[in-house]
This record gives sequence, C-alpha cells and structure tokens, in this order.
Amino acid sequence: MIESKNRTQELQDRVRAAYNDKTMLKIVGGNSKQFYGNDSAKNNVEVIETRIHQGIISYEPSELVITARAGTPLKEIEAILAENNQMLPFEPPHFGEHATLGGAIATGLSGSRRPFTGSARDFVLGTKIISGKGDIMSFGGQVMKNVAGYDVSRLMVGALGTLGLLLEISIKVLPRPNSEVTQVIAMSQQEALKTMQQHNQTPLPLSALAYENEKLYIRLSGATSAVNSSQQKVGGETLVHADKFWQQLNEQTHSFFDNKTPLWRLSVPYTANVDLDGNSFIDWAGALYWMHSDKPAEEIRQHAREQGGHATLFKVSNNQLTQERFTPLEAKIKQLHVNLKMRFDPYGILNYGRLYSDL
Amino acid sequence: MTRATTDNRKSLRKLLHQVLPATSILETDEQTRPYECDGLTAYQQKPWIVVLPETVEQVQNILILCHHEGVPVVARGAGTGLSGGALPLANGVLLSLAKFNRILDINPANRSAVVEPGVRNLAISQAVEEFNLYYAPDPSSQIACTIGGNVAENAGGVHCLKYGLTVHNILQIKVITIDGELITIGAQSLDSPGYDLLALMTGSEGMLGVIVEVTVKLLPRPEQAQVILAAFDDVVKAGEAVGAIIAEGIIPAGLEMMDNPAIRAAEDYAQAGYPVDAEAILLCELDGTHEEVSEQIKFVENLLTQKGATSLRTSKNEEERLKLWLGRKSAFPAVGRISPDYYCMDGTIPRHQLPFILNKISEMSKEYNLLVANVFHAGDGNLHPLILYDANIEGELERTEEFGGKILELCVKAGGTITGEHGVGKEKIDQMCVQFKSLELQIFHDIKHSFDPKELLNPGKAVPSLHRCAELGGMHVHDGLLSHPELERF
Repeated sequence: MIESKNRTQELQDRVRAAYNDKTMLKIVGGNSKQFYGNDSAKNNVEVIETRIHQGIISYEPSELVITARAGTPLKEIEAILAENNQMLPFEPPHFGEHATLGGAIATGLSGSRRPFTGSARDFVLGTKIISGKGDIMSFGGQVMKNVAGYDVSRLMVGALGTLGLLLEISIKVLPRPNSEVTQVIAMSQQEALKTMQQHNQTPLPLSALAYENEKLYIRLSGATSAVNSSQQKVGGETLVHADKFWQQLNEQTHSFFDNKTPLWRLSVPYTANVDLDGNSFIDWAGALYWMHSDKPAEEIRQHAREQGGHATLFKVSNNQLTQERFTPLEAKIKQLHVNLKMRFDPYGILNYGRLYSDL
Repeated sequence: MTRATTDNRKSLRKLLHQVLPATSILETDEQTRPYECDGLTAYQQKPWIVVLPETVEQVQNILILCHHEGVPVVARGAGTGLSGGALPLANGVLLSLAKFNRILDINPANRSAVVEPGVRNLAISQAVEEFNLYYAPDPSSQIACTIGGNVAENAGGVHCLKYGLTVHNILQIKVITIDGELITIGAQSLDSPGYDLLALMTGSEGMLGVIVEVTVKLLPRPEQAQVILAAFDDVVKAGEAVGAIIAEGIIPAGLEMMDNPAIRAAEDYAQAGYPVDAEAILLCELDGTHEEVSEQIKFVENLLTQKGATSLRTSKNEEERLKLWLGRKSAFPAVGRISPDYYCMDGTIPRHQLPFILNKISEMSKEYNLLVANVFHAGDGNLHPLILYDANIEGELERTEEFGGKILELCVKAGGTITGEHGVGKEKIDQMCVQFKSLELQIFHDIKHSFDPKELLNPGKAVPSLHRCAELGGMHVHDGLLSHPELERF
C-alpha cells in the first residue's frame, strides 16, 4: 500500500514538475496501442510511464465491480474475473502482451460484443485522475447508479489521456455466459447485412454478428437452453475453435489484417451501405467496418459522413505519411473540446496532439 | 454570475414578444403559478416569465436574447423531477419544452427512434410496439416524464440493472448552446469522434445546453418476462438474497425490495396481493427467451427458498406480472396516502452495505421521531427511503430535511453516492460538499464555464459554490476533521 502511495506521489510529482516547466508528457502504459492516434512528432516530449502504478484495489464479485490502478495489466484483470466466472463485458482489444487497463479506457475501444452488451464507456463507473495541473481528482464511484456531478469518468474514455492521466478506474463487470456458440453461414454481403439487421431486431441471445470473406458469423451467448434453441433459429454450421476466430478479429491477428495498406475503421449506423473499393471485415452487426484502403482520407471520411458515421485512420505502416487520424470536428464542437482541454490541462502538457494535432 | 436587472428584463420582455407569438408567452400570476415547482413540491418559486417555443429557431432566439441581456434560463420538461432541478428563478425565464412533443422518425432496422424532448418516456415504447421494440429505461414517472428531462437527469428505473440508464440508451442529441448555436452531440452510429460529450451532457441537469432532439436506442422486446414475489420475515435476509442471486451469475431484468411500511401502503393502494405481514419483499423479474426464463425462474425460486423466503409467488401471465409491478410502481403515491407529506431520498450504496444502512436509518427514524418507508432498486443498490412527515407541524419539514441529509451523508460514508437517479438539483446541493472535494467541484464549475461562461443556464443548481461548501463545512465537522480546510472561511 505504501509503495502504491509512493507511486501515485511519483506520478503526481512528475506531472506537477511538467506543469511548472511546461514540458510535454507522453503517457505510456503497456506500449501496446501507441500506433493509435496521431504521432507526437515534438522533440521536447518526455515519457511518463504508468505501468509502475498497478494492482487491483478492490474486487467483490457479488457487487459486479472491480477497481484497479490504471497500470494493471489487462491480462491480470481478465484472469481474476475469469476465476470468478465474470468478464469485462466490452471485450477490450489488447494489441500486445502488456496492455493495461488504463490504455483500454484511454483508447475506449470495444470488441464484437459491443452492440449487445455495451462499450468501454458504458461500463466505467468511476475514475481517479491527475489533471494537467497535477491535481488528483476522483469522479463517479463504485456504484452502478450515480448522478452526482458531471460524468467526468466517462469523459475520460477515449480521450487518449489528453484530459488527465488515469490513476484508478472502477468498472462494472458481468457474469460470463453459461454457454456460447458461433454459427457460420455462407452468403453475399448484401444478404448478410440484411440478415444481421433482422437478427438485431429479434430477441435472440446475440453477442456478436460479423461478416468476412463471404461468411456471416453469428455468436450466441447466455443460458444453455436459450443458446441451444437460438442455434436452431439462426441456422448454419457450428464453428469449431470459435474463441480463436473472435480473438483474431478483436486482436487484428486474423489474416485479413495482414496487409500493409492503411487500415481504416468506419463506425456507421447498422443500416449503412458502405460502398468503397476493397474488402472489409464487418463487425458490430454492420455498424463497424475495417478496411484497407489507399484512397484519400477526405474521400473515405466523406463516404462515412454520408452514411451517418465517421472514419478513423486506425493503423499505418511505419514508412507511411501520417495525417489527422480522427475525423475533424465541426467548429463549435471543436471549440468545446478546446475549452475543456484548457480547463483540465491549461498548458497542453498531457498527450498534446494525440487526439487532434491542435488539442 | 450576471445579475439580471429590471431594465434587462424589461428589454428582454419586449424582444421575446418579437420572436414568439403571444400565446407562447405566459406572464400573469395565474399563468405562471403552475410552473412554480417540479415534483419536489417543498421548494416553490414563481418564474418571472414562461416561454413555450414550438420551433428550434424559437429556442435559438430565446437563448440568444437571454444571453445578450444576461437573464438566466431554466429549461423544463414535464416537471416530474424530484430534486428541484426545474425550480424556476424569480428573475429568470422558464423555458418549457412541452410543445416539442413529436416523434420524428422510427428506424427499426437501426433500432433507433428520433424524438423531440417533450415526448413522454412511455409514449416511445408505445409508438415502437408494432415493431416489437421498446425503449428500456423506465423511471416510475414514465407515464408523464419526458425524454428531454430523462437525458438531463440521466434517469434510471426498475430495469437498469440489466439494461442501463439513459446514458446507455441514447445515440445522439441536438442541443442549443447558450449563445444560440445548434450542435449535434453523438451520432447515428455507435460512437463518434472526439470527447464523449454525450456522456457529459447526460445528467448535466440543464446546466450546459438545451436539448431539442434525442435519438434513442431501441431494444427487441424479450420473448418472455416473469416476476417472482418473495416474502421475508427479516429485511437483512432479503438483502442477502439479492447478493446471492447476482453471485450466481444471474442478472435479473429488475430486482426490487420494499420494507413492511412500504408493502402495507402499496397493498392498500394497488391491491397487488402483497403479503402485508412480511418484513420485506423482493420482486425479481427475469426476461429473455422462453427456455431461458423457464430455466432461470426455477433456479431463482430455489435460491430464494434457500435464502429464507417465507413465501413465493411467480407471475403466470402478463396480467399477473403487471399487477405485481403495479404495487411497486405506485409505491410513492401509495405512501402519499398514508402521510400528509413524504420526502423521497435517492442515495446509492454498494449492495453489501444494505444491512448497515437499514439499521442506521431505523435508529435515526427513532431519534428524529419520523417514520420511514423503504423502497429500493436493490439490484443496483439505489435506495429510496421515504420519510413521512407533516408540513403543517411546525419544524417537522426542517427535521425531515436534516434526517434526509444524514441518510445521504451515510451513503457517501458507505462508499456510495448522494443521488442515484433523481439528480442534485436544488435539493442536494449541500450534500455535494460532502461527496466532493473542492478540486472536483472547481472542475465542475470549469466544465460549466466551458459551455456557459456567463452562468445563465439553470444557475444555482447541481454544483455548489466553493464558498457555500466552506460555510457548511464549519457546521458539519466529520470525524473531527473540518471539510475543505484549504478554503478561507467567511
């Protein structure tokens, strides 16, 4: 306990010093998601590592809540949850051996279960952060319902550390389903999109709907009886080693992702009709498209916008030119982002530029 | 904060008449009287003027004018809120969104609907019923409360253990900022670029902007839902049974608890067939596919018996299920019949603290000589102790408020929060000083200023000033420690 208190103090001292000297800090957890977001090409950037700040603070399975320090490895958290037959319901991708809880929340990425159980931000109940002034603050808590004060905890999710360095996070967890199977059906993309929409409107125990290479993948999770009866309803063949398939999609180790062309992530409504050249891996029941494309960013973003969504330049190879990774914001929304950034981090020392090059 | 002078108001009144039809402006004493309070009737204040715009452009114009003249604005939906969040200001405009009551679009394939803020919560589920879909959050006031207010308060309900709060069930909102700009927050897709302003706006109690459109998520109606009514001879045993169900890996659609005074009042009012001699009852609803529900109902019935339930009753059909819920959903008006007045609290605690809190409430009930009926969203630890009092007896309201404040402070001490779903509003502003330190309160003010630098949107609610907390800190010394020692005393 004394050690972790010292670690907190150490991180706070670092941020305070950086605030006083106006030194920019690059926050690094497990170094597994550094590819995500803009590069910080600035010279005078110091690295601040959060991995030293680790450990599970409290976990009471019957309360469905776990609280851990941000530097705690995701693996460790998932392991202790699994021992108690529980899980992180948003299936955060690791993208590396040492991925941390802090990184999962700062990036806010969620796996295939997302349309059916919720996203990273949905399950965050509370956070403790260090602001850009070096102040330690706590928001939310360990209870499921809490409307006291603005929801700063969820504001931190996906902010890529630009509003605060995450110290501790409380997450709602869920029981693991008793039973889980994946059915595979060969069909065209148009047919698959239609089927996904239909299933999505039906009370089936769905936990994933994905499509790739002429095949629709339907994952069913829940009480054994419900899964068995739904298996009949949706049809298709049962996939062997289904866990491996979903893990390969989530961790982007599937052969689809073995491609040097820039990887785009299009988040669109379920009803979108994404029509860009090239193959895509469709997840989230049609609301998420992964695609490799060399097309100009503006063309891809325009198409996503027309469909009611947005496009992120998710991954590029080292030698490729980088640009703004996230869809630019409308002027007034951008102004609100700048206002908030100024309040949490007045000198712009925390991960400056990572989300937007001027934020 | 800008203080609106009489001159400001005079000129604003003239300008409002230029941008709104006369029928959209209420000014006389009898016209403005109905707006003097929301669901928390203990606080009353007539607004200076009431406006009822019908178009987004009119809302924009109203806010531009108020911003220019420095006159504060309080937005209001159906006025069912229980924390005084829509309490008007004597020198301010009360902006009612009652006329924004249209459902603009239903998109079953995207499992979403676009609605105006004045649409009632229940009306959404009714409108999408033909597609076998529904909107999940169901606050007890769902028959009357509107979706705009639900977003502003991050409303919950009896089904949020499984299906989440308002924040989990909306995709996008359109908001007018205090300077009159129309902005879109969130998206028709499941996420949007940049900061999660949708989460920040949800539950912001009208302090950051005025919501003029909401896109809600819809869910497929479960094939089957059944509810078990379990009676217990001991409140603590009922509390333990709640933890046991969840520990078994079951997430009920609803898991509610009532104590004996609440059971008696509800039964008297709704004739739901509740056992009036029980010390506590649990209502546990399970939903899903037919097979799943049948399997889980049996399991939970056995578990409840093992945990000491003295009797069990399981709904056999939809009519019976609704009847069992009716008692719970009408608990507040039911209590209203047995006492001249009641004060509803809204603290949340970690579930395992339930016995501790119940004992403390019972002790304090004797100490203050005020009866309490307890109604809980037990599954998510959200307590609604109803303190029974009579406002006509001198000093009883003050004693009730003090008792209520103590309960909330106890919730914070137990690791919980002062408000689970009703919001801070005017009512719990002092308890915010107990829950948060001055650094956090300051950042809340900073967030407010990021959206509303002149503090014109619903000022004086939700977040206390640091001075107010410092003054209170002098009166409330916790464990021998002075709150906010870093602040100057006035």
